[in-house]
Amino acid sequence: MDSPLNRRRLLFGAGALGAGALITACTGNSADSDSDAPTAAIVGAAGGDNDKPGQAVTIGFSAPAADHGWIGAITSNARAQADKYSDVTLESVEGSNDVNQQISQVETLISKKVNALVILPYDGKALTEVGIKAMEAGIQVINLDRVFSSPRGARAWIGGDNYGMGAAAGRYIAEQMKAKGVQNPVIAEIQGIANLPLTQDRSRGFREALAAAGFKVSNRVSAEFTVESGQQVTSNLLQAARKLDAVWNHDDDQGIGVLAAIDQAKRSEFLMVGGAGSRNAMELIKADSGVLKATVTYPPSMASSAIRLARLVAQGKGMSDLVEREIPASITLASATVTKENVDDYLPLGFAS
Amino acid sequence: MSEQSGATVSAQAVGPTGPGLIHRLRSTEIRNLGLIAVLTVLAVVGAVTSENFLTSDNLRNILVSSSVIGVVTVGATFVIIGGGIDLSVGALVALASVWATTVATQSYGPWMMVLCALLVGAGAGLVNGLLIAYGRLVPFIVTLAMLVSARGLAAKLSDNRTQIVTQDSIKQIARADLVGVPVMVLVLAVVAAIGWALLNRTTFGRRTFAIGGNAEAARLAGIDVRRTTAQLYMLSGTCCGIAAVMMMARTTTGSSTHGGLFELDAIAAVIIGGTLLTGGRGTLIGSILGVLVFTMITNIFILNNLATEVQNIAKGLIIVGAVLLQRRATRENLP
Repeated sequence: MDSPLNRRRLLFGAGALGAGALITACTGNSADSDSDAPTAAIVGAAGGDNDKPGQAVTIGFSAPAADHGWIGAITSNARAQADKYSDVTLESVEGSNDVNQQISQVETLISKKVNALVILPYDGKALTEVGIKAMEAGIQVINLDRVFSSPRGARAWIGGDNYGMGAAAGRYIAEQMKAKGVQNPVIAEIQGIANLPLTQDRSRGFREALAAAGFKVSNRVSAEFTVESGQQVTSNLLQAARKLDAVWNHDDDQGIGVLAAIDQAKRSEFLMVGGAGSRNAMELIKADSGVLKATVTYPPSMASSAIRLARLVAQGKGMSDLVEREIPASITLASATVTKENVDDYLPLGFAS
Repeated sequence: MSEQSGATVSAQAVGPTGPGLIHRLRSTEIRNLGLIAVLTVLAVVGAVTSENFLTSDNLRNILVSSSVIGVVTVGATFVIIGGGIDLSVGALVALASVWATTVATQSYGPWMMVLCALLVGAGAGLVNGLLIAYGRLVPFIVTLAMLVSARGLAAKLSDNRTQIVTQDSIKQIARADLVGVPVMVLVLAVVAAIGWALLNRTTFGRRTFAIGGNAEAARLAGIDVRRTTAQLYMLSGTCCGIAAVMMMARTTTGSSTHGGLFELDAIAAVIIGGTLLTGGRGTLIGSILGVLVFTMITNIFILNNLATEVQNIAKGLIIVGAVLLQRRATRENLP
């Protein structure tokens, strides 16, 4: 009676070991022999007197957790840019989506007495107080992307233009519709997380640019910046709208799901515009084999620029192209429209999803 | 009348026996008919409010959107009938999808990806099962811990990136039709059929009902409660692996963000389907009907351009309504 039980246990154990070995062999994720371009961080061309090594400075860096491609790109860009400068030591803390944790991390950086601090707050309002605290401690704070609720919280703000992004998408679609001679086009909009101020700014820009051309948004759905939600809301949108002329998707990360749904529904009668500017989207635009014709950028290279600004202000320099000796207090980066014509210029700036 | 209710009571306690079987079937079928009535009402509402509802495209869309969560629900039904609960199903789908889309796995080809997803799901389910059955830990706690750690592991393996599926045959699963039916729906049908057969026509199914109804009595009757419990969680995990493959096909990616809140959707569908949360009674058909109810509601809301927030409120109200109706029906059957 023991023998078959032992044999069964032996077989089960061997099977479990074999399965375990099999799946352990499947965890490798390095793309060293990949034909895909490696996930190179965006550090911009070196040049000009400002890039010559100067006084040694320490820059602190705090951003939310890298749970989607755009934030991941922010973090890797900042690190890579800091590496390029021999006079910069980067003190970066673990990314966190918990506001309390981010506040404590910034306080740690303050007590380490860094010269400058680059912060992308998970929530601008919640992190304003600790920004003010850093400024009062003599640390130059660069506020990245999500803006503090008080200008006392930072020496300078640098970020993207959400309204401009929507407006660029609206203008492109309006031009295309006019060029094709479409009267009353059916235009759909796939938002990200609906209750964020940035989403609302983008939608407003889109709506107003379309209105200037006499068009309006017929269908609006919202996803959550994830691939799964993008796929789900798009497959439902395609059911609700039997014929579409144009679609604007706010974010290229969720755009992977959007394109999957379009492919599965076998629809192709419309043109699609993406948002944020991922490398994946740009490659699809270049190949021009599907509905994706353009994307409007919201570049995570702003993190590299923020590090550069932090270094300049810590070393007491200004921006070389400007006459003034101090860096500006607020820089809004423009949103570029990437189409097949200019995609080669922007491909190096595309981020990996 | 009392004979019928008495037979129903005894059927609940130990599992179906001779004459009780017919009466038990009748009450189960009544519940399923109730669900079909709900589906019909929803279909009427849908057809009236939107001219796109009754098109074959839209009905096909409803079935396809039910397929992933439907497969997960089949596994969850087994676990809940057996008296347990599995909160980690969503996280296991994410983990399996990430593991199966790493560069290494994809380099071995699509069959390896499928095998990997199934093994990861089964393996994690087995860990759940062993801890619950042999470690004597509470299922809620164990699966909660698995939920958190599986997502963390998925995030670590994928380095928080979205992993794109490069093997076209996997993507084909979501695009292709076989004999006019989408492959995703066929997979759901096959999984549901096997699940039904396992639950209602094998001793494994009988043992599941017995353990869920009264574990101590089952043990005294000679059933290896611990081994069957472990097998139940492994089954649930395997279903999550299958769902992960379908998810990879549908979204063309593997990501640690997949399967968000799947556990709540699955448990809600199982409850609506008539399975008792305490275990010992339930049907697989009911669970599938429960899934269809929810996807149909979502579809009607989308077709009518209504906000997601209202959808979620409606879902909550329906769950409460369904449970209240169940309790009334149960009370009517008892003396």
